[in-house]
Amino acid sequence: MTATHGTTTRTAAAHERVEVTLTVNGTPRTASVAPRRLLSDFLRHDLEMTGTHVGCEHGVCGACTVLLDGAPIRSCLTFAISVDGRELTTVEGLAADDGTLHPVQQAFRDHHGLQCGFCTPGFVMSACGFLAENPDPDEDQIREGMAGNLCRCTGYAGILDAVKQAAGAFAGSATHPCEQHRVDADATDGHDREA
Amino acid sequence: MTTKLVGAPVARSEDPRLLRGEGRYVDDLGQDAYEVAVVRSPHAHARIERIDLDAALEVDGLISIYIFEDLPQRLQEPLPLLIPHPAISHGRTQYVLANGEVNHVGEAIALVVAEDRYAAEDAVERILVEYEPLPAVVGPELARDAEHAVHDDIPSNVAAHLEQTIGDAPSAIADAPHRLSFRLDIERSASTPMETRGTYARWDADDQRLRLYSSTQAPTSVRAAVAAYLELDLAQVECIAPDIGGGFGVKIMHPWPEEILVPWVAKVLGHDVKFTEDRREHFVSANHERSQVQWIEVGFDDDGRILGLDVEFVHDHGAYIPYGLIVPIITSTQLIGPYKLENYRVTFDSVYTNTTPVTPYRGAGRPQGCFAMERTIDRVAAHLGKDRTEVRAVNFLQPEELPYDFGLMFQDGRAYRYDSGDFPGSLAALKELVDWDGFAQRRAAAQAEGRLLGIGMAAYVEGTGVGPYEGGHVLVEPNGTVQVSTGLSTQGQGHQTSFAQIAADELGVDVADVKVVTGDTRRFPYAVGTFASRAAVMSGNAIHLAARKVREKALRIASEALEVDAQDLELAEGQVRVKGSPDTAIDLNVVATMSNPLRYAFDEAARIATQFAQPGDPDAPPVADDDAPGLEATDYYSPTQSTFANGMHAVEVEVDPDTSDITVQRYAVVHDCGTLLNPTIVKGQVLGGVAQGVGGALYERMAYDEHGQLQNASFMDFLMPYATEVPSVDIDHLETPSPLNPLGIKGAGEAGVIPGSAAIAAAIEDATGITIDAMPITPSQLHDRRLAAASSTS
Repeated sequence: MTATHGTTTRTAAAHERVEVTLTVNGTPRTASVAPRRLLSDFLRHDLEMTGTHVGCEHGVCGACTVLLDGAPIRSCLTFAISVDGRELTTVEGLAADDGTLHPVQQAFRDHHGLQCGFCTPGFVMSACGFLAENPDPDEDQIREGMAGNLCRCTGYAGILDAVKQAAGAFAGSATHPCEQHRVDADATDGHDREA
Repeated sequence: MTTKLVGAPVARSEDPRLLRGEGRYVDDLGQDAYEVAVVRSPHAHARIERIDLDAALEVDGLISIYIFEDLPQRLQEPLPLLIPHPAISHGRTQYVLANGEVNHVGEAIALVVAEDRYAAEDAVERILVEYEPLPAVVGPELARDAEHAVHDDIPSNVAAHLEQTIGDAPSAIADAPHRLSFRLDIERSASTPMETRGTYARWDADDQRLRLYSSTQAPTSVRAAVAAYLELDLAQVECIAPDIGGGFGVKIMHPWPEEILVPWVAKVLGHDVKFTEDRREHFVSANHERSQVQWIEVGFDDDGRILGLDVEFVHDHGAYIPYGLIVPIITSTQLIGPYKLENYRVTFDSVYTNTTPVTPYRGAGRPQGCFAMERTIDRVAAHLGKDRTEVRAVNFLQPEELPYDFGLMFQDGRAYRYDSGDFPGSLAALKELVDWDGFAQRRAAAQAEGRLLGIGMAAYVEGTGVGPYEGGHVLVEPNGTVQVSTGLSTQGQGHQTSFAQIAADELGVDVADVKVVTGDTRRFPYAVGTFASRAAVMSGNAIHLAARKVREKALRIASEALEVDAQDLELAEGQVRVKGSPDTAIDLNVVATMSNPLRYAFDEAARIATQFAQPGDPDAPPVADDDAPGLEATDYYSPTQSTFANGMHAVEVEVDPDTSDITVQRYAVVHDCGTLLNPTIVKGQVLGGVAQGVGGALYERMAYDEHGQLQNASFMDFLMPYATEVPSVDIDHLETPSPLNPLGIKGAGEAGVIPGSAAIAAAIEDATGITIDAMPITPSQLHDRRLAAASSTS
């Protein structure tokens, strides 16, 4: 939200606002944004959903990856007003309501696929999009599929192992990689539920 | 007994939060803060003639603009030279905002505060700065030639000259049966964490207190710096390093200009203020590393035994020298590696250039030193026609020779003395892991298919866990939660997990009941910082010692309550209990309640505690003279010297005969960092380091042109490796415990990156027959070298 302090004269161009209505993680949201507002800033600072990170703002590092109608995009190269009427999924939309990790998130945990965690939401969203498109990838395809995101900590080994495990977890299950994880009330599958 | 947690691959407790997008990085905080943008110099070297703010003042959403002349006197002083050294004859540091002159592209000139970053950038664009450009000094050699000066009053461009010696290298070389001399080059690279720099400040006018969040590896020192520059009491300033999106050295630099300016502006305006650096800014205004030119002369015998080594190098530290001589001193000492050098002379000049300053990046001078030594050994082997591993073996210090004191001074001003290690054992393990002896066969098979294979290796010793100290605080709450804190900060190393393992072992509690806080001066005000692979060694041992004190107190209290000798008690499963008779026990949280004589019965533990309460001695004070209420303790670990980890990497590469494209086919690591706290985390540290080593060897370079313009200041052009560029890595851990600390651990954070360039250079040389004397190397550079070699022999 833009603060209302300041004493200088407002110019029309920067003051212009456009109303945007979209669905974020299944919830309809409406906001008034400047036409130049990046989707990454809109998510992080207008909706205050800070799980989507910004690493370069020129579309190379992939930290800001979100799903637009199920397909991965760079939110730092997308204007918020351009996604009017569309459906977004961010990293906040994956875990079950009780916090149980989504199979992709769980796989990253199982394989030490993160260290500082800054690139992680982007990798998780890229992996979801990748596995939706290619549910049964071989190791080379996983490497290639994850090569749109930069990680400076892990050396990628844990990430690649995680995506492989996640692919296995989705195979034969009814779960879709891009959808929020649903927890069976009776399930005792050992998933993490701690805060 | 509870299973021992130290050494176990405990899953990281950090992960669920970070995976759900619930991390708290600096830019995630302060949603209502004003944001700043900085006018930065487009010139490498210029005098500032005039700054015109008029057009910027019209910008919608602007709050204020500051240039040097607007700053209070204290902020007009240069930033500190953090680590002075007697050899620094000409030390220069930057101002928070340029004082009439800029010395590198990216130097801060004006600070703009606005309602958001968009508006702040609008204003930055409209600020007109007129410059008188001056000649730019770029590269270590031009700096030493000194045709132009970076700083007018330092015509030589030399900040420091240092020499260290063991024995008499020049005589030993003169008398040696064989001699070689050559030059080596290492280019600039940088830490490049995924999260850029960031600082967020809140001034509380009611409390007259400042809270600062900064993406830093040294929150206690940032706090001290801010208090000093803002002329506040330390008690008025708190600094928190929240989740940090990677550091790799660049965030040990402090205080950055923005770390001083942002809290000052927050106080002046009475409003939250935040700085979030963008990537382009990070490339030019956050510090770099590596860049050295080295000249080497070596004398050796028929077995390849090095009789004398004489090294001279120029270290390019950029426009300023805020971090002193740490990087070149580490190069000059750690160059020695696992070898017994009895005649060694090293001299260096640390020189100014009109480029971004140089301060430590993971490895901190060691990759350069390792490159010098390992390329030297390979040259010796090539000269004698010997196997490169054999030449290494004849030069190794033997395990029985350790501890070994070289008689040099290390980065911390302490003795350069290796504590433990088994270098022949490491080499044997490496040769087996990479099947060194089977390589000739693999190469021949590849050759038959027209493919070029090569193998190389490199060894290093890494001083880790430098002092002077770290502290730990451990507290058992009456609800049973164990609160652990230490002052240094965390950038992905999993300290929340590994430090919890240490405390849980000592207190016999579930690791899930231990909550660790790092990098928050409200919780632990004394710390040095997270660098030099020191966090696990220093804070790990401090927490171990503090937890041991808590354990002793728990035993004493329980011993009195149960009327059992403390020696017959143990801490396990959250209880203090009688050994062999676990039914006689008190829960640890009840002991915590009993430790405080004030026992209002807010909870069940307090009610139970009263049952155990002894009828007090009416003449004794409820809290004895040598006691304190609470089941808690603080302790510090302060070693007399660093502990030295070591390792060896072997690399097999394939070079495309037509394009000279270089592919790493195998990468093997043998690594000895003493006792492993958490093998999963250590493996992750090594793998991450290797990826940076591969990047530094084959892809990453800060490409300055002769005008001091950084030509590749984006991730489009500065080629950090993706998953497709990083090879699979085989790792074998040796565990030679350090005799220097209670846990027997050595640092592991930087190791993976150190030998990358040396080992990959060796493998490329082996594959192509081209002598590799400069890194990083691109396929086109290699191709040019191969074409030149082919034409000179035809």
